[in-house]
Amino acid sequence: MKDDGTTTLTPAQVKGVDLAEADTEDARTLHRIVIVGHVDHGKSTLIGRMLYDTNSLPPGKVEELEAVSARRGMAIEWSFVLDAFQAERDQAVTIDTTQIWFNTALRDYVIIDAPGHREFLKNMVSGAASADAAVVVVDAAEGVREQSRRHAYLLHLLGIRQVAVVVNKMDLVGYDAARFAEVSQEITDYLTSIGATPMVIVPISARDGDNIATRSARTPWYDGPTVLSALDGFHGSPDVGAQPLRLPIQDVYKFDARRILAGRMESGLLSVGDTLMFSPSNKTARVRSIEAWPADRQPQSAAAGEAVGITLDEQIFVERGEIASHVANPPKLSTLFHARLFWLGHKPLTVGSRYKLKLLTQEAEVTVQSIERIVDTQTLEHAAGETVERNAVAEVTLRSRQVLALDDYGDLPKTGRFVLVEDYDTVGGGVISMEGLPDQRRAVEVKSTNVISVEHRLTADTRAARNGHQGGVLWFTGLSGAGKSTLAMEVEQRLFAKGYQVYVLDGDNVRRGLNANLGFSPEDRTENIRRVGEAAALFADSGVICITAFISPYRVDRDRARASAPGRFHEVYIQADVQTCEQRDPKGLYKKARAGEIAQFTGVSAPYEPPEAPDLVVDTSGENVAESVECIIRYVEKVFTLEKGQEPL
Amino acid sequence: MDRLDALEAQSVHILREAYARIEPLAMLWSLGKDSNVMIWLARKAFFGHVPFPVMHVDTGRKFKEMYEFRDRYAVEWQLDFKREVCPPLEEMDASLPPAARSAARKTEGLRQAIAKHQFKAVIAGIRRDEQATRAKERVFSPRGETGAWDFRDQPPEFWDQYKTDFPPGTHIRIHPLLHWTELDIWLYTRREGIPIVPLYLSKDGKRYRSLGDEDITFPVESDASSIDEIIFELETTKTSERAGRAMDHEREDAFEHLRATGYL
Repeated sequence: MKDDGTTTLTPAQVKGVDLAEADTEDARTLHRIVIVGHVDHGKSTLIGRMLYDTNSLPPGKVEELEAVSARRGMAIEWSFVLDAFQAERDQAVTIDTTQIWFNTALRDYVIIDAPGHREFLKNMVSGAASADAAVVVVDAAEGVREQSRRHAYLLHLLGIRQVAVVVNKMDLVGYDAARFAEVSQEITDYLTSIGATPMVIVPISARDGDNIATRSARTPWYDGPTVLSALDGFHGSPDVGAQPLRLPIQDVYKFDARRILAGRMESGLLSVGDTLMFSPSNKTARVRSIEAWPADRQPQSAAAGEAVGITLDEQIFVERGEIASHVANPPKLSTLFHARLFWLGHKPLTVGSRYKLKLLTQEAEVTVQSIERIVDTQTLEHAAGETVERNAVAEVTLRSRQVLALDDYGDLPKTGRFVLVEDYDTVGGGVISMEGLPDQRRAVEVKSTNVISVEHRLTADTRAARNGHQGGVLWFTGLSGAGKSTLAMEVEQRLFAKGYQVYVLDGDNVRRGLNANLGFSPEDRTENIRRVGEAAALFADSGVICITAFISPYRVDRDRARASAPGRFHEVYIQADVQTCEQRDPKGLYKKARAGEIAQFTGVSAPYEPPEAPDLVVDTSGENVAESVECIIRYVEKVFTLEKGQEPL
Repeated sequence: MDRLDALEAQSVHILREAYARIEPLAMLWSLGKDSNVMIWLARKAFFGHVPFPVMHVDTGRKFKEMYEFRDRYAVEWQLDFKREVCPPLEEMDASLPPAARSAARKTEGLRQAIAKHQFKAVIAGIRRDEQATRAKERVFSPRGETGAWDFRDQPPEFWDQYKTDFPPGTHIRIHPLLHWTELDIWLYTRREGIPIVPLYLSKDGKRYRSLGDEDITFPVESDASSIDEIIFELETTKTSERAGRAMDHEREDAFEHLRATGYL
């Protein structure tokens, strides 16, 4: 096979090293290398040749390659190792990313082959984004071409900082040192202009094996490393453990008595006892335990890269999408951010368009507020534009409706990048810059101050004076079927007719909007009631009489709602025994609960804790609807209505 | 974090992402070393529980040792176990070469099982290093209604953001072991003490590297009679893992054709 004057490691040499290191196999880390470059500059050939030179091809593969190549009337074609698909062999282009394993004496590698054709950018990105380092292949005869630049630019945008260049097909230029110097200068100039530096530039002939595994006698003027030793010279991934903690919550599990928050540590360290802040909700709690299976291991800390599960000392409501951090160093909160993005969508990106953003486990709808500039990856010139076409790179500003937790890409890459989804497809990826934009975490605190100053100017009494009554919360509690909703609607209508500002919160209007993301697990029910309590308190502040109609079976939940509206909270116990309620069963729920179709149904399979000191008791088993309504109206008139002397001025 | 820890963390992340985003889904259990590792990883991901059905699409032609293994660990691991039977060989395209025809039963059995349970996704233990065609796979890989794989137009997949939005009628294959190698599987099996079907260990100078149907899977020459010895053997061999699978050798692109029509 090798009549070209080069030498390579023999199988015995390679195996000898492997066997000597067999015991340390567990500790050998894996390096992911992506190979990019312009079409036909020889990426797949380089990979095929590296596999051959490291003795990584299975027995018979070389003979098989010769046979397949001969059938197509070609000399041996190393790229057939990777171009496994029939379609690719016939078209002689790499369609999709391929991954292949090999090892040198020092390290294990996964080589990601990326296609050079412009229309295959998405596949190239799919391959390159996970790489630790990159090799850019440039044809010695053709020099730097469109895809050489585009790929180098995208590698930089994707955050790959370790780049080696190989100048391939040196055989076609007679192994000319001057030509190599020219091409080296050309690629170095481009890389420097985007802020990248090639770690090494190697003159090679991939087909013939020059400077792949061993120094070639045909380039005596070159004294740098071979391709394989250049790969061995790359560093591993950066130490993400030294960065601030970012743990995006992926899911919340309740398979047994434990309530476990699961997620992967994207950066930093976490220990049992740490106080965590969850963003964007701004809640805090302490880490009670780090869970593991099998349970004989009880970790006390976890580091970046680990997929963990933690429990907290308090049952705060946290859901997928929150990012846990330490209190001292949280992510930024913002509804507005700048991004540099690459566009993969068939439809162009336009100002005003909406997309679904995915940032770790957060999802949000974003709108393109503006397109700052379109970047020409060839000339690096910036142009203004209203649309970003497929395969283009642009700087844009995006706005989301909800507050997002994020970081500047330059500070923390994992929490500073995102993808955009349109319809069902990923249409782009981008990295975030918060340059010139405020962290809204501080703005949130400022806003709270403003709210207080507003209250100072416009007091509850002023509002009450205009309405002729105080604002407040009438909190109806009782079993399903006790008559809460019926009475609430009747009372609302009667009070409105009498000139009161009044509004009912019930399952219908709350579950559909404010609490649309909540189910019926105990945590979700608690959060449901918490939000109703907070919302009712706001209504009360605004001067309205807010009637809530929820079973709210737990005292602790109702006490918290009372605490949200201090002095204005009126607990109304709509009392009826289970038998009565079950006979009424207006929604057929008791029947279903008895049949076992509804789990944890209050009064049947879950407890109801009656109020200990309700402000008003309405017994609906003993009286009819009209009597009950009268009873409540009398209470409101007595408690909420202003005295004559308090009439508006 | 060592290499096995990193592989484990990545797989756990993928399994949790699948569980969080797609319902209903099931895990495929071929009873082989890879899917045993996969079940083990699910128990890690979900703290001792496997919160979705684990399904064996049974050709009825597996080795006795494999059925014994299945019956024992389905109970011991407290799996929500489902066995689905493949249609008879006579119903398969008679023009296929014998081993491919046999594999077509499995493809059809899987298709029927998915339809019967209305699974939106199945989790499968394929690896990129097994076969060049599998190297092109995505972690979240959409299929058409017939189970066909359009390898020419795969979705972009980067920064661990997987495709989780699908038009109705799409079916997803999820591949949590895609980034593992055969050697990784054995190193992890040894480290974690995961049980294996004894056919992997050498008997009379032969052992199975890959387990399929009894009539179309052949043992390789090997004296490796323990996991340690298997690991030592793999570090020094270059023979393809699927060398003992007859269907791969019938045509140059036999495996690619199988996969395009829905084979794992």
